[in-house]
Amino acid sequence: MTRLVVGPFNRVEGDLEVTLDIADGLVRAAYVNSPMYRGFEEILVGKDPFDALVFAPRICGICSVSQSTAAARALAQAMNIEMPENGERAANLVLAAENLADHLTHFYLFFMPDFARNAYAGRPWHPSVKTRFAAVKGSATTDALPARAGFLAIMGYLAGKWPHTLAIQPGGSSRSVEEAERIRVCALLIEFRGFLERRLFGDRLEAVTALDSEPALRSWMKQRPPAASDFRLFLEIADDLALGRLGRAGDRFLSYGAYPLQGKPLFGRGVWDDGMAPFDPANVTEDPTFAWMDGPGKPLHPSEGVTRPHAEKADAYSWCKAPRLAGKTMETGALARQMVDGLPLIRDLVAASGGNVRNRVIARLLEIARVVPAMEQWARALKPGEPFCRQGPFPDDASGVGLAESARGSLGHWLTVSRGRIQNYQIVSPTTWNFSPRDAAGMEGPLEQALVGTPVGDAERVPLAVQHVVRSFDPCMVCTVH
Amino acid sequence: MTAMLNVVWLQSGGCGGCTISLLNSDSRDLFGSLKAAGLCFLWHPALSEESGAEALEVLERCASGAERLDILCVEGSLLRGPRGTGRFHMLAGTGLPMTDWVRRLAAQARHIVAIGSCASFGGITAAGANPAEACGLQYEGELPGGLLGPRYRSQSGMPVINVAGCPTHPGWVTDSLMAIAMGSLGGGDLDEFNRPRLYTSHLVHHGCNRNEYYEFKASAEKPSDLGCLMENMGCMGTQAHADCNIRLWNGSGSCVRGGFACVRCTEPEFEEPGHPFARTPKVAGIPLALPTDMPKAWFIALSALSKSATPKRVRDNAVADHQVVVPQTKKPGPR
Repeated sequence: MTRLVVGPFNRVEGDLEVTLDIADGLVRAAYVNSPMYRGFEEILVGKDPFDALVFAPRICGICSVSQSTAAARALAQAMNIEMPENGERAANLVLAAENLADHLTHFYLFFMPDFARNAYAGRPWHPSVKTRFAAVKGSATTDALPARAGFLAIMGYLAGKWPHTLAIQPGGSSRSVEEAERIRVCALLIEFRGFLERRLFGDRLEAVTALDSEPALRSWMKQRPPAASDFRLFLEIADDLALGRLGRAGDRFLSYGAYPLQGKPLFGRGVWDDGMAPFDPANVTEDPTFAWMDGPGKPLHPSEGVTRPHAEKADAYSWCKAPRLAGKTMETGALARQMVDGLPLIRDLVAASGGNVRNRVIARLLEIARVVPAMEQWARALKPGEPFCRQGPFPDDASGVGLAESARGSLGHWLTVSRGRIQNYQIVSPTTWNFSPRDAAGMEGPLEQALVGTPVGDAERVPLAVQHVVRSFDPCMVCTVH
Repeated sequence: MTAMLNVVWLQSGGCGGCTISLLNSDSRDLFGSLKAAGLCFLWHPALSEESGAEALEVLERCASGAERLDILCVEGSLLRGPRGTGRFHMLAGTGLPMTDWVRRLAAQARHIVAIGSCASFGGITAAGANPAEACGLQYEGELPGGLLGPRYRSQSGMPVINVAGCPTHPGWVTDSLMAIAMGSLGGGDLDEFNRPRLYTSHLVHHGCNRNEYYEFKASAEKPSDLGCLMENMGCMGTQAHADCNIRLWNGSGSCVRGGFACVRCTEPEFEEPGHPFARTPKVAGIPLALPTDMPKAWFIALSALSKSATPKRVRDNAVADHQVVVPQTKKPGPR
């Protein structure tokens, strides 16, 4: 058995270190360390509850609106207030803009450049992948960045700026929209759809979301050459490198549900554990055993959660606590959302090969194709002149839970207010679920499970397959180490 | 253009949002134009190909002086805790505090640029009791010092250049880097907090699209109102140094255009304003923080006068989320 410490991981958001025990060319055990601590949960104690709207987005520059959304929902629950329809649509548009921009950033800038590495020279697809996806230099960067920035002009209209907007309020959006602006948002979506259909998919979005099984996806592949689109090229690589057999975790999936409108989410809420089950927030705990954290030393519900750093704690190996749902690890993210929502293609792929590197990437791209048409509907249905934001008083003593889905998965804020001040604020972010350390029972976190069995070449100092597995989760370490 | 300048970018106690913001640049070819301007990114944690040992080799070559380091960009605050050990951020794969790496690289760098308010002054992570002992490269809030100390100068003789903002505007970063590449950013081009004057010689108030409401002191009372955000909603745009309403964000936006207060995120200690962010502190109904360069008595007298002259249109629209009275088209009169 040899031990390899890998880090820093480029092209993940924030700093990450993974320790691998390797024997006979395979990872036998993995220990995932989030090597930074910032202390937002400590900072928020004693603040005015509305100040959470300034602090929460600044937990993370890439999940900024998701953090705002969770904070605003926690405040809204404490205030017992609901958004008007315009507010819901505007808030959905802003969150969707962030989530899809993140999916695009992940695919084009973080994930695909690894296949352009010289280590893959000799593979039939390598020359075209190198031209298209080489880090920074590839032609995809020059295509995708302006498309992304143009799409994010939606934020200029609906959120003031991104990242770090204060527009998402408990009662709706602080940014009302005029008729001319509604039309311009629709125009931006038309442009973005054009980019996706030309470059990313090489097909109509509706044709992609209509693929309802693995055979349907295979026949779609056969109808076009690998260079037909970026998605098609990825599928070629995925087959050649067997990415569908890499990085399988526990196959238990969690989604809080996304994009509500009049009480109904676009993507449903629930848990997949060999079949669907409802999600009960009462069953969430965080276990501090292997985190550099003091406290009662037992798993606590976030509403009673404690954050007291202890850098010298023996046996601890991460700043990340270990979230569990009824004692079990959960994978979260686009794949989990689409599993829980029951997208036929994703259910079919996971039934055949589980949650793995290929399926995580396919789910992310399919989600782009599913959400853009919904955004088009929300934008068209905005009604200038009708209210965007409801108001209400904040009770002196209250509590609230805010659940949201960021690009990379389920995010929860648990808020307690006493005498008009924040008494406790606990954040459980998606990568906290996915990159959790072991718990008191020794159960590994999802990435730790997913890395076991990953091949490592003799001369590899930064094993490529390990990098594919890590990046397939689209981790956000800055959220994790709030 | 002279030889290419080597740039290394590090991230520590921040949110990564300044890099994400940089990617929002409205350039048709961001990296191509930076390269054409003479800037060569040796390593950026969110963008470069190199990971792990390959990345550490790049950093080690620069830290040891084997490779020229022209510009060191640092994003995020520097975490000195707990108790000065720096263990709150150990750079992955090295077992060493990030603060050690920054000190070593700063000793070699020809220029050092703090990207965002965290790296400049400590920023949001330094709020509250500052549990992570966060500070900026050369400031701790308003006080000179920080990680590198007040006397630190890079190889060029310049102090740390603070491109403050939470996040920074992509244009502030690209303009500052290009000014360095062109040799046109000298000590005289920085303000009293060592921020490039190219964006801090304006106030957020300049170009504010709510200016008519400001002139008449027709104020918003709740989120989504169209009125001026200064009197009630916590806006500090008349005191914040930045060109947010001239340059605009994500095409057409800014904080005040988004319907919420400017929290003066380019200023040191913005994270602790001493009052709830979205509520203007007042004494006897008068906001405590008035524009800094006019006598308070004059401001109050002018406000009273303009309030009494406010057109109905402006007064009514200020507390609505859409124009309830639109500007009238002048009736044709005798010529």
